[in-house]
Amino acid sequence: MHPQTLYDKLWQQHVVYDQEDGVTLIYIDRHLIHEVTSPQAFAGLYLAKRKPWRIDSMLAVPDHNVPTTVDNSEMDDPISRLQVTTLDQNCQHFGITEFVMSDPRQGIVHVIGPEQGATLPGMTIVCGDSHTSTHGAFGALAFGIGTSEVEHVMVTQCLMQRKSKNMRIWLEGELQIGVTAKDLVLAVIGEIGTAGGSGHAIEFAGPAIESLSMEGRMTVCNMAIEAGARSGMIAVDQVTLDYLNGRPYAPSGELWERAVHSWKQLQSDEGAEFDRETTLDVSALRPQVTWGTSPQMVVGIDDIVPNPAHESDPVIREGMEHALVYMDLEPGTPIKKIDLDLVFIGSCTNGRIEDLRDAAAVARGKQVADNIKQALVVPGSGLVKRQAESEGLHQVFIDAGFEWRNPGCSMCLAMNADRLQPGERCASTSNRNFEGRQGQGGRSHLVSPAMAAAAAIAGHFTDPGRM
Amino acid sequence: MHKFTILEGIVAPLDRANVDTDAIIPKQFLKSIQRTGFGPNLFDEWRYLDHGEPGMDNSVRPLNPDFVLNFPRYNNAKILLARANFGCGSSREHAPWALEDYGFRCLIAPSYADIFFNNCFKNAILPVVLNNKAVGDLFMQVEKQPGYAVRVDLPNQIVTLPDKTTITFEIDAFRKHGLLNGLDEIGLTLEKTEMIKRYEQQRKAEAPWLFG
Repeated sequence: MHPQTLYDKLWQQHVVYDQEDGVTLIYIDRHLIHEVTSPQAFAGLYLAKRKPWRIDSMLAVPDHNVPTTVDNSEMDDPISRLQVTTLDQNCQHFGITEFVMSDPRQGIVHVIGPEQGATLPGMTIVCGDSHTSTHGAFGALAFGIGTSEVEHVMVTQCLMQRKSKNMRIWLEGELQIGVTAKDLVLAVIGEIGTAGGSGHAIEFAGPAIESLSMEGRMTVCNMAIEAGARSGMIAVDQVTLDYLNGRPYAPSGELWERAVHSWKQLQSDEGAEFDRETTLDVSALRPQVTWGTSPQMVVGIDDIVPNPAHESDPVIREGMEHALVYMDLEPGTPIKKIDLDLVFIGSCTNGRIEDLRDAAAVARGKQVADNIKQALVVPGSGLVKRQAESEGLHQVFIDAGFEWRNPGCSMCLAMNADRLQPGERCASTSNRNFEGRQGQGGRSHLVSPAMAAAAAIAGHFTDPGRM
Repeated sequence: MHKFTILEGIVAPLDRANVDTDAIIPKQFLKSIQRTGFGPNLFDEWRYLDHGEPGMDNSVRPLNPDFVLNFPRYNNAKILLARANFGCGSSREHAPWALEDYGFRCLIAPSYADIFFNNCFKNAILPVVLNNKAVGDLFMQVEKQPGYAVRVDLPNQIVTLPDKTTITFEIDAFRKHGLLNGLDEIGLTLEKTEMIKRYEQQRKAEAPWLFG
């Protein structure tokens, strides 16, 4: 048989119907739903008197709007509250499983899917959220969709898609101490650019990927969209199986054995052809920090803010100049000399237990610097929070001067009350440093949890490997 | 869905690469549970000098005189000229909803982000792809000539400039058909119900752990 890539296999297993014009009807195994991109889709169902095709494929959770303050979990904003209650009502009406705000399992949709074992290898997984690529870490085909497609999947369990091209990013070498999956994926985006993966499904592979935990792999696949690819994926191995075994929604007993047998095929065959291949050696990689307003504007901790004058392409140069004005940075400034106002640790990129352990290891026994107005730690889910508390991590953070919060998307996109004020500068473990992303006029620097914690302690960026 | 066939209109130039969907429609407006009404908040942070929130009377907010869509010459523009990787970032369909609600039915750029590109077709917006050189030339001409308008002809896949020169563009046949006929894709897929059920039975036999 012709050697196939992991993406080819996942695609082929889900083809319902191939149209002559290259459009394929593919079957969707798992549909994750949150409050922001679903109300108009549900409205479409009511309007056309249609019903969901398969409610057992659906799992809903409010995450974008939810407050994270521990002492006040009420939603003060009536518009946010309406969006969350609309989700509750829609799920109740159709009998869809929802982890409501008071449920201990509530959290960020991309954290709870894997945590529950609702994300499984070999699945097609969609959600009205671009960071759905996260779930590809389990050898699944997972991608974000718009609200029209949310409605389409609800009603038909299928989507009309055109197959993407195959791209492989091969990562050689071993990460140094203090260098994490986040640094690795930021470096990849710096290398190929934010449109580098457009039109492609990216498979991340190689020794540096194999040595990552599931949490690290999720961080990498989460940011595939920041490299322009709707989906990122990683082959199934023992690490994948060990993570999933025993999770509530994962199969058990004889069914588990059968599933494992099938999942072991989920890797690219020897000799499979990719339309594009990029190789990166990460052994000399340093902790990464973004300096601009696009994730591709990234350098190492020992570097300086680049000078647009050295860029020959006028469109790129103008983009750099614009970013420097917005970020209020001068070319040539050492990254380590950039002082911060806030620190945010959390999000679907870095809100998992391992991320909190990394940050706590740096913060343990130290104090947040005086110039830091606020340092937030927002666990990705209620269960991550519970786990962290059982390990005493919350006390490490609280003792150091961080705020320990309830789960949610929080300051990653600032739809709730957690947001930057104009001009404030934040070290953030989230995924987007776009203008205004974390609050209008706010300035975001994307970093790893270890770097965010180190920056909170030092008051400026510093090498977490030395702390 | 509305149809898209031929559109003639004034072109507004947005001369920045990598315009993300957070910029197209900021997050606070995503709290709406409606599909309409996003137009007044299109590019909100660039367009107004104050901070916008849902429920504000946008007609009395201070406009940013330096933002291109606020130049009187681009009033009533129907076509937005943009740079590479337009619509990157968040999958929010509120971005094409806002563009459409503002009055843009057609975009011209060298490239778009995948999810945004796909979302446009669900909302009767035609995202035309032209090469970098053609887009660069258009930017120069639009800025030089007030009232610069082009005619976008989807059936023939042609953009006609004011001097009658024409540029052809490529578009996937299925998407073209959908726009020209204003098709309901869900209805189309439901016609394949038997096929979906057959697939599902087979899948259930092969991978029962995915069901129930």
